[in-house]
Amino acid sequence: MSTRGRRAGIAVAAAVILGTFAYLVYGGIGENLVYFLTPQELAARGDRAYDVPLRLGGQVEPGSVVWNAQAVDLKFRITDGAHSVAVHSSGAPPQMFRDGIGVVVEGRYHRPGVFESTSVMVKHSNEYRAPKEGEKPAEMYRSLQTDAGT
Amino acid sequence: MTRILGSSAVMVAFATAMLGMVLAVAGTRLRRPELVRGAYAAVYVNFGLLAVASLAMVWALVTHDFSVSYVAQVGSRATPTFYTVISLWGALEGSILFWGLVLSGFSAVAVWLGTHAREDRRGDGADVHRLMPYAAAILLGIGAFFYLLLVLPANPFLPVSPVPADGPGPNPLLQNHILMAVHPPLLYLGYVGMSVPFAFAMGALLSGAPGGTWIRLTRRWTMAAWMFLTAAIIAGMWWSYEVLGWGGYWAWDPVENASFLPWLTATAFLHSAMVEERRGMLRVWNLSLITSTFALTILGTFLTRSGILSSVHAFAEGEIGYWFLGFIALVLIFSLSLVAGRSDQLHTAGRLDAVASRETAFLLNNLLFTVFTFTVLLGTLFPLVAEAVRGVKVSVGEPFFNSMTLPICMALLFLMGVGPALPWRVASRDALRREVALPAALAVVVGIATAVLFGGGVYAVVTFTFGTFALAVNVRQFTSGAKARMRAHGEAAPVALVRLVGGNRRRYGGYLAHIGAITVAVAVAASSAYKGETEATLRRGETMSLRGHTIRLDDLWGRQEPQRFVLGATVTVLRDGAPAGEMDPRLNFYTTSEQPITTPAVRSRPSGDLYLNLMAVERDGSSATIRMIVEPLVPWIWAGGYLIVLGALISMWPARRREAAPATVFAPAPPLVPGSAAARPLAIADPDTRGART
Repeated sequence: MSTRGRRAGIAVAAAVILGTFAYLVYGGIGENLVYFLTPQELAARGDRAYDVPLRLGGQVEPGSVVWNAQAVDLKFRITDGAHSVAVHSSGAPPQMFRDGIGVVVEGRYHRPGVFESTSVMVKHSNEYRAPKEGEKPAEMYRSLQTDAGT
Repeated sequence: MTRILGSSAVMVAFATAMLGMVLAVAGTRLRRPELVRGAYAAVYVNFGLLAVASLAMVWALVTHDFSVSYVAQVGSRATPTFYTVISLWGALEGSILFWGLVLSGFSAVAVWLGTHAREDRRGDGADVHRLMPYAAAILLGIGAFFYLLLVLPANPFLPVSPVPADGPGPNPLLQNHILMAVHPPLLYLGYVGMSVPFAFAMGALLSGAPGGTWIRLTRRWTMAAWMFLTAAIIAGMWWSYEVLGWGGYWAWDPVENASFLPWLTATAFLHSAMVEERRGMLRVWNLSLITSTFALTILGTFLTRSGILSSVHAFAEGEIGYWFLGFIALVLIFSLSLVAGRSDQLHTAGRLDAVASRETAFLLNNLLFTVFTFTVLLGTLFPLVAEAVRGVKVSVGEPFFNSMTLPICMALLFLMGVGPALPWRVASRDALRREVALPAALAVVVGIATAVLFGGGVYAVVTFTFGTFALAVNVRQFTSGAKARMRAHGEAAPVALVRLVGGNRRRYGGYLAHIGAITVAVAVAASSAYKGETEATLRRGETMSLRGHTIRLDDLWGRQEPQRFVLGATVTVLRDGAPAGEMDPRLNFYTTSEQPITTPAVRSRPSGDLYLNLMAVERDGSSATIRMIVEPLVPWIWAGGYLIVLGALISMWPARRREAAPATVFAPAPPLVPGSAAARPLAIADPDTRGART
């Protein structure tokens, strides 16, 4: 084979491989996009909201938290003021999880209208806010403290 | 006072860098060596200035001088001194300052080594001296950009008024583990180190000497930076494993991808550079890889430091993003037009002789790494583009990255076995069969055994199969070489092994790095495919079990430390009902953070880790929720990382110069110099950069 022919062959082979791969990547990305939604946006999506990976963000609706420590089973509602969505998780809530705090849950929304969550994250904020009164760990866990520190 | 010292040092560094650039270019064009020497002096002076500025910042941090803006941002009187010192790289401004320090240091070393290069047997010296002024100009240019950042948008030395009495302290995530003293500096050494090969590449083009010299210089510098980057990525995984508490080490987080992207292109370059050295092929390709690597380090810095992502690492925010985008555009336009303008000198001399050859293996390697890079890049940038264009907030899920990149990883694993078994130019069928028959048989046995005994899915089985194959081929390079020496010289086995490696460090260093990479791949496959995980709420004295491991919650306790309140659980590991060890997963509450930072407890054995994370504690201390994870082979990920670094070290360790006679030992195979290199240089001795400037 001439050098030119060989080069052309290599170029064509590379183009075919890259083209195939580009197609796969394009399809793969479409299938694996995880939309970040608020409860209101979730409601607006209608049927497209069900059974696809999603992230749902909002506040923990006050009074909605049911935490069964023995069964490691957590139920609560996420609200954005307009809508609220029931969430279920079979994992412990993050330590600072409580009424009214911003959370992001990851998982899928299922038919009866429950968001089955695989992870519950208390919303990250880049600004560090000092804990409010009543949230200070040293007070919360006073009974556990065994020494005054070093 | 410290403030004025620091900020003026940075300002002078910027002016010196600009002046040095002008001197370097003018001195070369006007043939005035004293001007070029002035440019080199500027490089050394800048190192001194950045050292002064960095020391001033460390001093301000340690003395809690809250009149300095950066100290007011990250300092706190309660933070232990150790974490105060390392908060130098804990936030945007300090990390840019640290970047400047590392860059000026690398530049000084590069210029010193370059100007002290001897005329060696390859006649590199003349070429080095010709491209050095341009390389210095490029390094000074990159430096000028970073020093300008320090003067304007990322100035860490701004005055603060009124001076606060105390500060918030560094981000709690960054002061919770010793690895934060290791991971960022390594990452910077790796990232910034990629500036040097880029500078040499551009210097070679500008000086009109893109022959064999640049690739040799560049390869060694890339190897050094690559070694640091590898170590940094492994240390970052380790940190994530030891601090974040989810029992994983890699999540395709954009920030992880940012460190991984230049690693991919640099790895591709380290392989394709060998093809250029041996066969004079792929010159333009290599220039593109080195340029991409450099551009990706800047892109990575942009992603992590501009606040464009919201992820655990992306702490900083500000206008700085536009500066980085502008700089990336400048770098790409400059280097692309330079390559285009020099295309006449870049035609390749060699050609591919046969499909079954090591060249082909390297070409495939490069194709795979390129595709890998594009996939990760696309997955990383897609959410940003989607948000900018369509206004939706999306993220690209882990399944995308896994399903796209795992097949590539499998192919690379296979190639790691085939490549070393293939000779350059043409492989004879018999020789190839001899090399791979035994490893292939071994691999099939291990593969079947894995599938039958453990299952765990296609990828785990394929990884074990290909991993065994590649491992056997690479190990055999050592054993068969050592055996040949033992026969020929009557040496004892260890002596033969040491002399074998010493006689061709590059080659055997490379094989060792392969063995490390295979180890990492196998350990990652095992730890993800055979991971076990459970969560339970325990009262004191209650136990939980997983995969033959049993733990008992014995105690819950609290402890006030100067900068944090620690809440811990004392857990006993039971074997056959008898205590076999103690573990203490903890939660750390920093005064400035709402959320606690976890300190998981990890019990490592060669077979794998037992990993406990304290999830929640009842306020009255009656019970605690604990996540228990069993992960096989995790320690081998870190061990594999060490092996890769060791391999890189061996590979780039300079050969002793005095041993003139055994020099032939280092080049046993076909001539290293591309056929064209000797014939070309004089014709382009007069550098003409008119067509290349932007």
